[in-house]
Amino acid sequence: MSDTILTLTIDGQPVSGLATETILQIARENKIDIPTLCYLEGLSAVGSCRLCMVEIEGSPKLHPACVTLIQEGMVVTTQTERLQGYRRNIVQLLFAERNHVCSVCVSNGHCELQELAHKLGVDHIAFPGCYPELEVDASHRRFVLDHNRCVLCTRCVRVCAEIEGAHTWDVKNRGMRSRIVADLDTPWGDSATCTGCGKCVHVCPTGALSEKGKSVAEMLKKRPSLPYLVANRTEERQ
Amino acid sequence: MSQITIEPVSRIEGHAAIRLFLDDTGQVRDARFQVTQVRGFEQFVVGRPFSEMPSLTARICGICPVSHELASAKACDQLLAVAIPPTATKLRCLLNLAQLVQSHALSFFYLSGPDLLLGMDHPPETRNFFGLAAADPQFARDGIRIRQFGQQAIERLAGRRIHPSWVVPGGVNSPLTAANREAILADLPSIKTLVSAHLDRFKQTLDGHAEAIGVFANFPSMFLGLVNEEGTLEHYQGRLRFIDAGGAPVGTDLDPSDYQQVIGEAVEPWTYLKFPYYRPLGYPEGMYRVGPLARLNLAARCGTELADRELALFRELATGPVLSMFHAHYARLIETLYAVERIEELLADPQILDQRIRAEAGVNSLEGIGVTEAPRGTLMHHYRVNEDGLIQWINLIIATGHNNLAMQRGILQAARHFLTGTTLREGLLNRIEAVIRTFDPCLSCSTHAVGSMPMIVELIGPDGAILDHLRR
Ligand code: SF4
Repeated sequence: MSDTILTLTIDGQPVSGLATETILQIARENKIDIPTLCYLEGLSAVGSCRLCMVEIEGSPKLHPACVTLIQEGMVVTTQTERLQGYRRNIVQLLFAERNHVCSVCVSNGHCELQELAHKLGVDHIAFPGCYPELEVDASHRRFVLDHNRCVLCTRCVRVCAEIEGAHTWDVKNRGMRSRIVADLDTPWGDSATCTGCGKCVHVCPTGALSEKGKSVAEMLKKRPSLPYLVANRTEERQ
Repeated sequence: MSQITIEPVSRIEGHAAIRLFLDDTGQVRDARFQVTQVRGFEQFVVGRPFSEMPSLTARICGICPVSHELASAKACDQLLAVAIPPTATKLRCLLNLAQLVQSHALSFFYLSGPDLLLGMDHPPETRNFFGLAAADPQFARDGIRIRQFGQQAIERLAGRRIHPSWVVPGGVNSPLTAANREAILADLPSIKTLVSAHLDRFKQTLDGHAEAIGVFANFPSMFLGLVNEEGTLEHYQGRLRFIDAGGAPVGTDLDPSDYQQVIGEAVEPWTYLKFPYYRPLGYPEGMYRVGPLARLNLAARCGTELADRELALFRELATGPVLSMFHAHYARLIETLYAVERIEELLADPQILDQRIRAEAGVNSLEGIGVTEAPRGTLMHHYRVNEDGLIQWINLIIATGHNNLAMQRGILQAARHFLTGTTLREGLLNRIEAVIRTFDPCLSCSTHAVGSMPMIVELIGPDGAILDHLRR
């Protein structure tokens, strides 16, 4: 079953893939761009940011491309005006929820949220800003967590649990009150589990996690090649 | 298709409000100059990592972001407790000088040019840079060219003209390339000639400005500025020196980190801008001035050939320090010439291309003070951080603050001279505006290069009644 090849169309283009693959994977293999924020190759997909929603013919709902497996004969559309409108709204809501001041942010010019806004043509935030009063946790010797810039994508949580195996990060509270926390809500610098590997910093799409001492626009992230890390570890265990 | 809406329009708040108080005999007893200043900066940076401060504070001012960045980075250097690489110091000096050129050109050619060339009674509709460009296109072109030189030099060093984020705690974040050095050097000779020519032209017009020279904040006061070990003109490092109205040093030169020993800050309920004063003399007697005029009065020499020749002539204006703020225009031109010469010297130094430009360190000290000479005068950044490097408290003293007492006094002097009767006339407004401009204050209103300064003037009788007011 897993090596059965299925055929489908995405944006009118005939494509094919394995039954274990998602719409997002097949789209990317075929250079069809679907925006994502919480998805990162090599980590489990959680489908939480909702930016990758696509339309599937015959279904009244929208489907997250990162967690929807392909099916034979599927007709997928990724770029309708409706979808783009939703994506723009999502990005605007992310900006409105916390304090994003790009011009003085360590990630200015190298930020996935900023790039998304740019790509989607978001030049306005139609929603009133929440301007929450949020802290900066600079207690770690080498890294800084700035909740003002966090979009709650949980890439840091997953990379730490799934790849590093430390599971330092988690999420407390719910909804808009959600916050990334280290261990059981301790200052990062006091964390007993953090190994200081820095993977969370480098998978973070925004300026929420950065290296200490970086000035504005200086935080360039080196995305670790996660599938490669995973493959090497699997081999070692065998 | 896309629309950009910027609200609220803060420039509208850049109105300068001036209140003139009359006594029983109809004489001007007091003058108050009040501005809506950038507020809240001291509050909203609390909790931010110190490494953001150079860029955060650069947002205070659109004209002199570089000055704030430099003072801020120097304060941050102290938090790191490191000595930054010598090339980093030189590159920062270069940046500061380029900033001086562009800012002085803006002040002289764009903002004061219309008053100086067209005259203070020229109709306000055309007494602006466009009117000036129509009347004397070459003057306007030269001004644009000189300012452009400074801005391009900033861009060649820092990558962006406005709000560059090149200056960082510990140094700068990229070295100067040989190509950029050549590009700046190539422009230098023509700029030097231009500045010299305008300096000559300005000197020839001085006689025509005798009245303004006489009453534009022309009074004895102390002066404050940085001086280096050689006693030559300095804008980036050195010690703080006060001189009195006779030119004699007041006290010994101070480490800038000890500024609080001698500078107090008074608060008045009617304005947001604080009033720094020289502590030993108290408030308001401890009035002093900073800026180009102060720097030339303080320095033994400029330290460059052409500027020193000009300084010698400048000194002939008075036996001691030059006291009239009108001559700040003159001082600005001399400083511009100095900056161009000094940029050439710095670029000729082979070490300027060195790749070692940044000292890396964490927080090693919980308090840092950075002082530089901005185009408008001494600029002080003072920070306290916690062990994690998050800002706990800051204090900024900007040049316009240092000059606040002297500006009030200058307006009073001009008002006494030019006010007749109990009605306000446009001519008085123009002259008060011109006095304010000699201080080149970094208020949002001074950025109104086109048109006149938005201003409200009220004339208040001895009983507190408003006798007249003018607004524009
Ligand atoms: S995290 Fe990205 S979007 Fe947010 S302020 Fe920083 S650069 Fe801007």
